[in-house]
Amino acid sequence: MKILTGNDLVSGDVIWWAGDGWSRQVGDSADVGERGDDLARTEEAALRVVGAYVIDATVSDDGVRPAHIKDRIRALGPTVRPDLTLKPNDADAGNWVI
Amino acid sequence: MYRYDSYDQSIVDARVEEFRDQVQRRLTGALTEDQFKPLRLMNGLYLQLHAYMLRVAIPYGTLSGKQMRKLGEIAAKYDRGYGHFTTRQNLQYNWIKLADAPDILAELATVEMHAIQTSGNCIRNISSDQYAGVSADEVADPRPWAELLRQWSSFHPEFTYLPRKFKICVIASDDDRAAMKLHDIGLKLVSKDGVIGAEVYAGGGMGRTPMVAPLIRDFVPEEEIVSYLEACLRVYNRHGRRDNKYKARIKILVHEIGVEEYKRQVEEEFAHMRTLGLNPPVEELNRIRAFFAPPAYETGLSDAMDRSDPAFALWVDRQVAAHKAPGYAIVNISLKPLTGIPGDASAEQIELVATLAERYSLDELRVTHAQNLVLPHVRKVDLYAIWRELEEAGLAEANLDLITDIIACPGLDYCALANARSIPLAQKIAHRFAAAERQAELGELKLKISGCINACGHHHAGHIGILGVDRKGVENFQLSLGGSGAEDASLGQITGPGFSEDGVVDAIEKVTDLYLAQRESGERFLDTYRRLGMKPFKEAIYG
Repeated sequence: MKILTGNDLVSGDVIWWAGDGWSRQVGDSADVGERGDDLARTEEAALRVVGAYVIDATVSDDGVRPAHIKDRIRALGPTVRPDLTLKPNDADAGNWVI
Repeated sequence: MYRYDSYDQSIVDARVEEFRDQVQRRLTGALTEDQFKPLRLMNGLYLQLHAYMLRVAIPYGTLSGKQMRKLGEIAAKYDRGYGHFTTRQNLQYNWIKLADAPDILAELATVEMHAIQTSGNCIRNISSDQYAGVSADEVADPRPWAELLRQWSSFHPEFTYLPRKFKICVIASDDDRAAMKLHDIGLKLVSKDGVIGAEVYAGGGMGRTPMVAPLIRDFVPEEEIVSYLEACLRVYNRHGRRDNKYKARIKILVHEIGVEEYKRQVEEEFAHMRTLGLNPPVEELNRIRAFFAPPAYETGLSDAMDRSDPAFALWVDRQVAAHKAPGYAIVNISLKPLTGIPGDASAEQIELVATLAERYSLDELRVTHAQNLVLPHVRKVDLYAIWRELEEAGLAEANLDLITDIIACPGLDYCALANARSIPLAQKIAHRFAAAERQAELGELKLKISGCINACGHHHAGHIGILGVDRKGVENFQLSLGGSGAEDASLGQITGPGFSEDGVVDAIEKVTDLYLAQRESGERFLDTYRRLGMKPFKEAIYG
């Protein structure tokens, strides 16, 4: 699948296109198919996102998983600071990245 | 320390308000990101992997307690409770909101700080020796020249859009603690017949094409240093490649046209500069120099100290350096706790170091390119009290220049340019070599890790260097040996095929075991490597 990500213009938070808006959770990502670049332009013009780009991802029972490690780290947060990730109570969350 | 005059303050304040307006226009859509990006970068604001990142300039790595306290307050108020001290003696906040950036800059301005020229193709923050002004072996305190160059280079209209970024370092000792020869221009202050001047090195740097800067002039009188640098920059600005960012640094120019031709053109330009009378007035250098006059050290202090606490004695032996004034010492504070993140400090730790600087170090501290902190003016009688407070705050690691004193860039955990994570690897290496006896046995061993070819972790200059690369989406690590950022500057050589994260830790162990088996009396790891060459180390690693 193809998913769309970027950073929230105001907060800088990593965000993922969820089909009807943006989410902080990669698991909410929607498959944008071939519409990603158009969506990125529209959303950037609407000042909701900055630096938007399309990436490859897979989906399974464990949820959406970006294809590249860099985007998995973006999705989770810094692996060396579990307390600052989206899963602060999951000590093994960093393993999801690798 | 230098203090802003009304001119300094007014231009920094004006810059804050200008950026406030620019941010507002971005938030309302009057500026597109393409229009805004160069403006935010000129104010040190990047868009990084997780959020906006703000890089704050710490000129030549010198801070007052008040400035340090402000850095801690900003970390607590606007960020997530910590900051990251970088290999360019700066500080980075990782979790900044765009809307807060102008307020942060306004707060920095209240303590004479800013983020100007911490990005972009301009002259960046001037770096220097963390022992400046307190080391017995320097010919002069290099910071007045660093400050003069800061003023010269700030908003210099001719050098705002250079072919690429430009880094200058000023030292004044034979011992190079600032990696001077790995800068675009390095100045080493020297004394010739009683006159102060500078040796000038040009065309050094790390990145994808590392080079040790060659000497291009053995003496420039102090009153002409600015004009000479202006000539160096003019030649670079004229001929530096703007068509290819990977070939745009001055090191490529010097390499491609040759040192002699570069020198010839600089001398020609310098001769022209001399006719223009552009040297800054000597009175200005003297005005600046007065801010760096040695403080009024107490006299009659004892050099003796109670070393009965073994942990304290170990820390003193490792972290405390000789000061030029009797009864005083230089304290190095490690930001490399074994389970920590190299260069990171919490808001509380930053606050504590600010307090220690005010209470025990004549209100002054330094940031080192090795991502540690320094209290430069400590009475030896106060060392035990300082150590107790550092220990309570998790800042009393005794590992200066040992294998666990690792320089590591933020890597893929934070940086959008990175290919691999530097920090978890640094932590694994620190864990493997955690035993204090083992570290002491290995002695001075500078290990440096970069998460990508841009080399912010100075891996080329590591006795052991590690470069993280992306191999089909998987982190891989190249090992290099024999680099040095010191006065004996050299570039590390790659050992061979790369490793997984665990594999490179094992390889380092093989390399250090060989060193211990083969070293001769008094040899550091680097000395043994230079004597033996790569071959036996390669055999030990790859079999």
